[in-house]
Amino acid sequence: MDDARISRGGLSPRLWLAGGWLLIALLAAIFAPLVAPQDPLAQDLMLERLPPFWLDGAEPGYWLGTDSLGRDLLSRLIFGGRIAFIVAFAAATSACLLGSALGLIAGYFGGWADRIISRVVDVWMAFPPVLFAILLVAVLGTGLSSVILAIAIIDWTRFCRVIRAEAMSQARMDYVESARIAGYGRIGIMLREVLPNVLPSVVALLSLEMGIAVIVEAILSFVNLSISTDDPTWGSIIAEGRLSIHQAWWVLVFPLITLILTVLSFSQFGEALKARFDPVLR
Amino acid sequence: MSACLDIRGLSAVLPNGQRVLRSVSLTVQPGEVRALVGESGAGKTMIGKAVLGVLPKSVRIVEGEMLIEGEDLGRLDAKARRTLIGARTALIPQDPLTALNPSRRIGAQMTDRLVRILGWSGERADTRIRQLLDEVQIRDPERVLKSYPHELSGGMRQRVLIAAAFAAEPRLIVADEPTTALDVTVQKQILRLIAQLQRDHGTAILFVTHDLGVVAKISQKVSVLYAGKVVEEAETTQLFDAPQHPYTRALIAATPRYTDPYASLKPVDEAVLAGLSAEIAAADQDWRPGHG
Ligand SMILES: Nc1ncnc2c1ncn2[C@@H]1O[C@H](COP(=O)(O)OP(=O)(O)O)[C@@H](O)[C@H]1O
Ligand SMILES: [Mg+2]
Repeated sequence: MDDARISRGGLSPRLWLAGGWLLIALLAAIFAPLVAPQDPLAQDLMLERLPPFWLDGAEPGYWLGTDSLGRDLLSRLIFGGRIAFIVAFAAATSACLLGSALGLIAGYFGGWADRIISRVVDVWMAFPPVLFAILLVAVLGTGLSSVILAIAIIDWTRFCRVIRAEAMSQARMDYVESARIAGYGRIGIMLREVLPNVLPSVVALLSLEMGIAVIVEAILSFVNLSISTDDPTWGSIIAEGRLSIHQAWWVLVFPLITLILTVLSFSQFGEALKARFDPVLR
Repeated sequence: MSACLDIRGLSAVLPNGQRVLRSVSLTVQPGEVRALVGESGAGKTMIGKAVLGVLPKSVRIVEGEMLIEGEDLGRLDAKARRTLIGARTALIPQDPLTALNPSRRIGAQMTDRLVRILGWSGERADTRIRQLLDEVQIRDPERVLKSYPHELSGGMRQRVLIAAAFAAEPRLIVADEPTTALDVTVQKQILRLIAQLQRDHGTAILFVTHDLGVVAKISQKVSVLYAGKVVEEAETTQLFDAPQHPYTRALIAATPRYTDPYASLKPVDEAVLAGLSAEIAAADQDWRPGHG
């Protein structure tokens, strides 16, 4: 597209903070084998429940302490980030593509297409999402791709609803009418005139959805329905931490902080991006 | 030579059966400006939309014909109709803000149509657009082409839309209250620009307005619309000198100084309206599509 929009103005602090955290977490996850101080799977009963570095009894090299099997918490969080980000990107992108496409069609074309799509969305939203996810994973089997698929299958409706409403209001705009007078086809108008105007919302939702996917993956890991139990995931670390909360609070607290920071950053980053993408708000 | 636009006995109804257009007939000859005047809600915009093929879904044409340069729109299939309308007509809209896509640059929006619809080369389209921006007296085309719509003033946006309308050399332009949404100070300039470009390009215009002052300034012929019905049509000078229909007389009387386009309308005489409404209600009683 000829409208490059991300080039002007200063970055807001919100965008900096959220983007900064996401970038650090993402880079750490990508380069986990290089960055992680320890092997995340290595157990050592001599080192069990070491506290974080500022407390008495901490060992150098185990910055955030260890869990009840003596595994390094920081390394586990870094490796857990890999799965979190893979799920976030893959699931959110799939949900986004499916939901936005259907929402655009429903909102712009209206009529039968809209009636059918909206009906499906209503039925879909009637299921409680977490239950839906657990059910789906039970059916699809555990594993990375089922988790991604389950999240996409459940959450496309978020995109669909919002984009449908926006496309609908855009479709009533005079510039859409002018494009029709000029002789553009319906699909051409949908893609060239309507889509660019709903894009800021798509971007914001996409980022938000990445955060949601991280939570859903954590919940699924927490109830032991996600990936194989060997690979550390934030959810499985939280689940383990919960069991040893009285002996080693850090095993619960650090993954929770990581999770919350990441989820918040995704949503804030999305909002900030939306503001920058929107030519009128910018 | 056939008329540029020829509307014959056009009637349209809403889903509840209410008529919004009542056997409207009206012609615009090549190179002529035909004003379509009437109060808000009279159906002026409906007529424009009908011609341009963008009536709301709820409005249904029940009788009548529309011909553009002798070609009957009703006899063409949807695709051929779109092509014909796209190639020979253009719209200067009422609200220049919503008529431009907020998230695309002006330049892209203006050249797009020439390139994609008319198949021009990018270079040719660009040259053409710059020429038109010059004609509408935009002095810094570089900046305007790079701008987003919200970065321009209302007057600038309307200039851009006027340039865009004339760029593809349409035979007919529908101008739907093109100055109504603008500041009073810019209205006059915009009106003058439209008149200037109309003369230079010889384009026929169906000029929709609720303002008799504007009618006097810009048009050669007028149709007066009331409740979807053409109650009078005449040469513009004749209409003001010797209005025939009571509604026209009331409308002229309601415009304090019709030569001043910026004087606002007073309410039209109520007795006249009551009579007219009764007349139309009576006509509706025994109206059937095809016998209207
Ligand atoms: N989308 C629509 N659906 C149904 N009726 C409409 C619609 N838009 C306008 N109308 C009705 O059609 C009539 C003519 O409206 P319009 O052509 O916009 O009048 P004008 O342009 O002369 O002010 C009005 O009575 C109005 O209420
Ligand atoms: Mg109108």
